[in-house]
Amino acid sequence: MEQTAPRLLEVKDLKTYFHTQKGDAKAVDGVSFSLNAGEALGLVGESGCGKTTAALSICRLLPANGYIADGEILVDGVDYCKLNDKEILPHRWKDVSMIFQGAMNAFNPVKTVGWQIAEAIMLHDGLDKKAAMERAGDLLELVEVPRDRVRHYPHEFSGGMKQRAMISMALACNPKLIIGDEPTTALDVMVQAQILNLLERLRREIHMGMILITHDLSILGETCDKIAVMYAGRIAETGSVDDIFRHAAHPYTQKLISCFPDISKRKEIPDGIPGFPPNLIAPPKGCRFAPRCEFSCDKCREVDPFMRRLSDSHSVACHLEVEK
Amino acid sequence: MNSMLTVKDLKVYFSVKSGAFGRAKTVRAVDGVTFDIGRGEILSLVGESGSGKTTTGKAILRLVPQTAGAVTFNGEAVSLNNSRLHEFRRKAQMIYQDPFQALNPRHFILDIVAEPLDVNGLAKGKEAREERVMEALKNAGLQPPEDYLYRYPYELSGGQRQRVAIASSLILHPEFVVADEPVSMLDASIRTGIIKLMLQQRNENGIAYLFITHDLSLAWLISDRIAIMYLGKIMEIGSADQIIHDARHPYAKALLKIMPQPGVQRQGERDVLQGDIPSAAMDIRGCKFASRCPMAQDICRQQPPVEKEVEPGHKVLCHFA
Repeated sequence: MEQTAPRLLEVKDLKTYFHTQKGDAKAVDGVSFSLNAGEALGLVGESGCGKTTAALSICRLLPANGYIADGEILVDGVDYCKLNDKEILPHRWKDVSMIFQGAMNAFNPVKTVGWQIAEAIMLHDGLDKKAAMERAGDLLELVEVPRDRVRHYPHEFSGGMKQRAMISMALACNPKLIIGDEPTTALDVMVQAQILNLLERLRREIHMGMILITHDLSILGETCDKIAVMYAGRIAETGSVDDIFRHAAHPYTQKLISCFPDISKRKEIPDGIPGFPPNLIAPPKGCRFAPRCEFSCDKCREVDPFMRRLSDSHSVACHLEVEK
Repeated sequence: MNSMLTVKDLKVYFSVKSGAFGRAKTVRAVDGVTFDIGRGEILSLVGESGSGKTTTGKAILRLVPQTAGAVTFNGEAVSLNNSRLHEFRRKAQMIYQDPFQALNPRHFILDIVAEPLDVNGLAKGKEAREERVMEALKNAGLQPPEDYLYRYPYELSGGQRQRVAIASSLILHPEFVVADEPVSMLDASIRTGIIKLMLQQRNENGIAYLFITHDLSLAWLISDRIAIMYLGKIMEIGSADQIIHDARHPYAKALLKIMPQPGVQRQGERDVLQGDIPSAAMDIRGCKFASRCPMAQDICRQQPPVEKEVEPGHKVLCHFA
């Protein structure tokens, strides 16, 4: 696993907690993963599993009550956890940028799209207005939006075009790593396919690293090199697309996969997963999935499973030796 | 087949004005839709946003006015005649997409679920009312039901809320339910529970569903038949397997090609249709799909296609089917 090539991103034992009235909610509680340049990682899990929090931690964009309690986030060797709010600024957008969920509604309706992109460029690259507008046009072309659209207002764009413009904005300062937080969730299937095509093309052409966060497991297989399945603030299993879809070792992964209909298989209504994710303020002892797991034994309820390596690419946090 | 609900040439037009001085335009949200649903059958209506699937569902229930067309239910025309409509609405219910908005935040679950009873004056006495609500909650998988009666929607999770919405829709024992994307806002693991609940109601009580969704693979999994809608028209209708494994319409084929298959790495780019879905206010002479169709010929732009039955029960609206 340990190659000599420098990792683009290395997250080590990240713990991100939120202050709440009832105590700290451990939204991300000891998560590690890494990414090489040009690689795409899919982060999948249900709502509340901490996938967005992990992404916000990397960009250091946590809300006021959130804080990184422990861990390291190394981007090209720089530990983002050690930087203060001012020191992070030059890295944000230039090294790491993010496409948010429902981002197409994040445009300011009374300013032209081109100006909003140019503004980010002027701020970070120090270009003058004319050059920045020129670059905004280039960026729109890169995401297959006609150049003359720089003068248009957001309401003149369709939903898919707005989302593409948002992606172009995230690319404004040539980031090495782009994080897409459910970038296609609010979009129609045809537009979703368009955006995925675009992200894949950009990844190939610009050779940037990509983290794709989604609850839709089915699109990850198509787009990513590796997948990390999150559950209740932890990573349950990581592996290549093949590892996850054909040799899923964690009962949660197996259940989650079965929830997505596959037209090449027999029609079978999946069982779903009974119960609810645990309370993250006081998570259960032992494995966090144990209360919902049909295979759980005494050990699962007592001892926290550690990440166990099954192969070079495949690791699982589960006591059981289950293989489909 | 003994069809319970037939929809014939249903049209819903809206008149919209753009700007203070703009001329009124006619938006053809639903433009001649014909299908039928048998007892206990599930028909999925699949299409992109703006294709008119929700409007179709609402127009059948008379929640939006029909411009033209006829809906018959159990052999009788659904008219605007007050008592008839009342009876129809008791037997035909709707489940909405967003369980966070569909429930009144200031009402107890008890009152939300009991509302159809109250409106129809069916609950006699406090105890009988509570009993019926508990039965409905139990049928919707909320156990034990008495735990939920005096709680507010905010105390429940998304999946539980959707179950409450379903309990409320099913409390009158309807025969037909329009389910408008009932699971698209829910997590995958919660989703199957809701789907199972709906199927169980179908199997036990013979409820028929018009299941509105944009998710083809889900439609395939749960429905008997699938109708693919585009710009207010049904482009192709057939059994779930006919549509998924033997689609004939270029639009249905295009949707199938971009459908992600779990665990299959895609070779090359997805074949994306060019352009956007045209505005429903546009006057289209020929085939509605012609502007985006990769196989469009002159005839497609000039003449509207006629529906062809390519196999028993499998109908396609295309010149080249």
